[in-house]
Amino acid sequence: MIDQVWLIPAFPLAAFLITGFFGRRWLRVWSGWIASAAVGASAIVAIGVLLEVIGGRERTVVALYRWIGVGDFQVNVAALVDPLSAVMLTVVTVVSFLIFVYSNGYMAHDHGLPRFFTWLSLFVFAMLILVMADNYLLMFVGWEGVGLCSYLLIGFWFERPEPYFAAKKAFVMNRIGDWGYTIGIITTFLVFGSMNYLDIFRRLEANAPSQSALTIICLALFFGATGKSAQLPLYSWLPDAMEGPTPVSALIHAATMVTSGVYLVARSMPLFAAAGPSLAVVGVVGAITAIFAATVALVQIDIKRVMAYSTVSQLGYMFLALGVGAPAAAIFHLATHAFFKALLFLGSGSVIHAVDGVQDMRRMGGLRPKMPITYWTMVIAGGALAALPPLAGFWSKDEIVGAAFSNGYPILWLVGLFTGGLTAFYIARAIWLTFHGQPRDPHLFEHAHESPRVMTVPLLALAVGTVLAGAIGIPPDQGFIHSFLAPSVETGAAEHVPPLGTIVFLALASVVASVIGIAISLSMYARGRPDPAAVARASGPYYRILVNKYYVDELYDHRFVDVARAVAGASWAFDVHIIDGLANRVGWALALGGAGLRRAQTGIVGNYALTIVAGLLLVLVAYGGYAAGVFGR
Amino acid sequence: MTHVLSLLVVIPLAGLIPLFLFRRDERAVKQVAITTTAVELAVSLWMLSQFHVGEAGFQLTERVDWLPSLGITYFLGVDGISVLLVPMTTLLTFISVLYSSGGAIKTRVTEFMASFLLLEIGMVGVFIALDLFLFYVFFELMLLPMYLIIGVWGGPRRIYSTLKFVLFTLAGSLLMLVGIVAVYLASADASGARTLSLPDLIEARGRFSADFQFWVFLAFALAFAIKMPMVPFHTWLPDAHVEAPTAGSVVLAGVLLKAGGYGFLRFALPLFPFGVQAWLPLLILLSVVAIVYGAIVSAVQKDLKKLVAYSSVAHMGFVTLGIFVLNLQGGVGAVLQMLNHGFVTGALFLFVGIQYEKTHRRQIADLGGLANMWPLYTTFFGVFVLASLGLPGLNGFVGEFLVLLGTFRFSGVPLGGLFWGPLAATGVILAAVYLLWMFQRVMYGPVREAYKLLPDMTPLEVACAVPLLAMTVILGVAPQPFISIIEPSLDQVVRLATDPSFTVLAAR
Repeated sequence: MIDQVWLIPAFPLAAFLITGFFGRRWLRVWSGWIASAAVGASAIVAIGVLLEVIGGRERTVVALYRWIGVGDFQVNVAALVDPLSAVMLTVVTVVSFLIFVYSNGYMAHDHGLPRFFTWLSLFVFAMLILVMADNYLLMFVGWEGVGLCSYLLIGFWFERPEPYFAAKKAFVMNRIGDWGYTIGIITTFLVFGSMNYLDIFRRLEANAPSQSALTIICLALFFGATGKSAQLPLYSWLPDAMEGPTPVSALIHAATMVTSGVYLVARSMPLFAAAGPSLAVVGVVGAITAIFAATVALVQIDIKRVMAYSTVSQLGYMFLALGVGAPAAAIFHLATHAFFKALLFLGSGSVIHAVDGVQDMRRMGGLRPKMPITYWTMVIAGGALAALPPLAGFWSKDEIVGAAFSNGYPILWLVGLFTGGLTAFYIARAIWLTFHGQPRDPHLFEHAHESPRVMTVPLLALAVGTVLAGAIGIPPDQGFIHSFLAPSVETGAAEHVPPLGTIVFLALASVVASVIGIAISLSMYARGRPDPAAVARASGPYYRILVNKYYVDELYDHRFVDVARAVAGASWAFDVHIIDGLANRVGWALALGGAGLRRAQTGIVGNYALTIVAGLLLVLVAYGGYAAGVFGR
Repeated sequence: MTHVLSLLVVIPLAGLIPLFLFRRDERAVKQVAITTTAVELAVSLWMLSQFHVGEAGFQLTERVDWLPSLGITYFLGVDGISVLLVPMTTLLTFISVLYSSGGAIKTRVTEFMASFLLLEIGMVGVFIALDLFLFYVFFELMLLPMYLIIGVWGGPRRIYSTLKFVLFTLAGSLLMLVGIVAVYLASADASGARTLSLPDLIEARGRFSADFQFWVFLAFALAFAIKMPMVPFHTWLPDAHVEAPTAGSVVLAGVLLKAGGYGFLRFALPLFPFGVQAWLPLLILLSVVAIVYGAIVSAVQKDLKKLVAYSSVAHMGFVTLGIFVLNLQGGVGAVLQMLNHGFVTGALFLFVGIQYEKTHRRQIADLGGLANMWPLYTTFFGVFVLASLGLPGLNGFVGEFLVLLGTFRFSGVPLGGLFWGPLAATGVILAAVYLLWMFQRVMYGPVREAYKLLPDMTPLEVACAVPLLAMTVILGVAPQPFISIIEPSLDQVVRLATDPSFTVLAAR
């Protein structure tokens, strides 16, 4: 199967072309099923590839053709199939397939359905290129490709202004990150003479370059990762990205695209490990983002915004894992998160579908009996997010927090632990406000209904994944995923496997934090002890800061944009009045001079003779002076 | 010895004869013009197929003494740098003529088509002339038809714009003429024989003192910098584009600007290595300024055509940057960027024109909501916008990335490549800002009542757009065959420019 690895992106590419050319006119709703079948076929091949890698073909390069080659700069279109990319291929295709199927129901009544599946197929193609590439430049094709599809799909409903503003914001913030990515890969080439991962790692081992060069490379790459994976300071596009259709939020803005920054750092682990301080930067940024986004999620009232900030926060956990030297845990969490967060989004979508597009949780409530499948699957996913054993999220997140402790980062451990409590609080709050209590909008409640089977079956499938996916990481630090990924993300550092007692203590601490979070949340929202409104009043300015998301949008969308506009306006004025003004003035002066000269054409021969003599004298003096070296330079 | 290059010069000239024979019949005139440019395109592709990939020197050369007493020759030839620019020129000309025959030009059709054929001679000639005098003749030949195209078929301020265009360009080319005379005088060998043919001049360049090169390079550089245009000589460009008819804009942006970049590579770099070195810091600075400043000014444009025109300034900044970092990646990137800009910006002007023909609006604020009515137009236009902002997988990325790579590894100017490279890379962010902002304001939003019944692209418009789209995708996905053509010749130019003692330039 490995030699046919290019089939995996070929199916979605074909679906993109077919639905793109024939979707709107001829295929219509069939576009969705064609695209779903294509991605399903990719998933089957991907699983085959994964099994073969497990079977022992640890590292294979499948080259297609020379893409760009100038002098010593040579880049191929080639795939690197190793444990890391095999896991990613499988996660991406399987989750995509389920979300594609779900979308057939969710988008059934939208006249743009063919366009939706065209772009979604293109997205999967780009994501697969990103994951498969054997070099940084080809990865960049996927990297920008997913960004483009994200742009197109966030702005899917482009007749309203909010979606396309959100889309542009996402693309531009990603581009700011890409600036770092570009600098990172070009510097990599200058230092190592290649953009190919395997070449780079080989040369790194043979002849390590200076620390400062490595640090520049890693920080630049990480800056790129913060854009794509929505970390501080480039995270604020992700919550706005919720303007897109919900399956898009589930696929692109939870399960796959936003994890590509994590994948980038994991892929570059040998570089980061060799560049001492940069890993610490990754860990700290991840931890700060995790707690920052979790606090914002506490007070959001839009169900999708809660999930969006939750995603930012969970991605922070993954970077925290990378930073404390536990890349396998990061990828483990990436995989489990793909399942449970996709499930949470699709569940939210199911709810939104049921209540006629409303996303405000204050207008929901009491929906549990109306939509039991959605409710129970979301409870499972919420439990996984809150890291309750034995769900998948428990194993992966606990491992991250534990690694922070046992690898010697007690402060990051505390941040992770506390954020775990916050996470449990906000997800319990969201589920309670949505499904429990009295219906707060009787009209919406009246019309609410469980979603059709085409939507609930993917929910159930994802729920199964959410329950079982943890198994690949048991026992902690020594499970299947760890030994399997080791060849890809080996850092060379000694493994710190703490004693069993420590592991149990750390796990207990995490669970206690989660339970406390849930308990406080339910106490506040189910029993009103203490009353949420009273808490909000009591915390005054702090509450307002959270509701306003730390005023970051205010800063970015207004202050920065205002400055940029002023600069651009000033440049434009400079262009018109100074540069062009000068040119016009020269022209005007010449015209004036011409008019003046016309007066010299007197027609009197004596005047001409005088001029000729004067000119001759001038030439003679100049020539004589030049020859004598008076004017010599 | 083949005469395919002479054929390329003669075909448009020959096309003028039936054009004037049938001048009263508008339909026949259009057919003659379309046929002539189509034949020219076919011959240029045949020429490309005759080219031996992997050789650095000039091929398909033709050399006839023209004014033997002055040492001036009729000397044509192509190498890896020019051989791709010629089919690009003929393709864009063909598309322009095809599009104009669809009703965009309503008055004096014969004269319009004649101007285009004349223009094609000049444009093709510039890329194949190997004698400086001949080059100058073709360079000036481009000017007159474009002067008419803007001045007769242009918009309301056409006279101001076309005069500005001509005066700027003429000022530059007169300086170049002075430079050419100086080179001619300085080329005398021991026996007193003088020459203007490029290979001979390169052999003679050892006699050009550093001082001489300093001034003569400046004369050439000013001519090419105005043509490109480089900041601060760019202000003629937005005015010319705004007033020019669509087809005029397409070739103005697509081909005429390339004459500047090509002139640097073909003449200024190989002939004056000391001159290049002396002016390098300023040229790099102006290139990076063009990239950033052009993008910033683009962002606030209210007129769609002006926006694309300023984006051209930024894109041409990448071309000059790639040329002046004097290494292989930068140079190949610059040539690719010239091709890419030809196809993509040519296409953008075409699409602005298509849109204008339907809505009669070009102010961005007056537009909006077109996406829902025109899915086909939106798709095409969207792809070209994405190529223009350098999306990997489309053509714009390959050239820009190679230029950036070349810039990063370039250390010949103050502050070094690690300063100028990242600075130039910000241009990529800015391009996303102004292009996407433009796209969303024009295409997205609710459908406007006034435009509700306007039709999507016609088959003719699609036919014009498809070849450009194909090149945009091919050059992005599989640029290697093109790079293999460019690389050997470019390598030679870089060596000529960086090593004053290197004087070998083989001509077959």
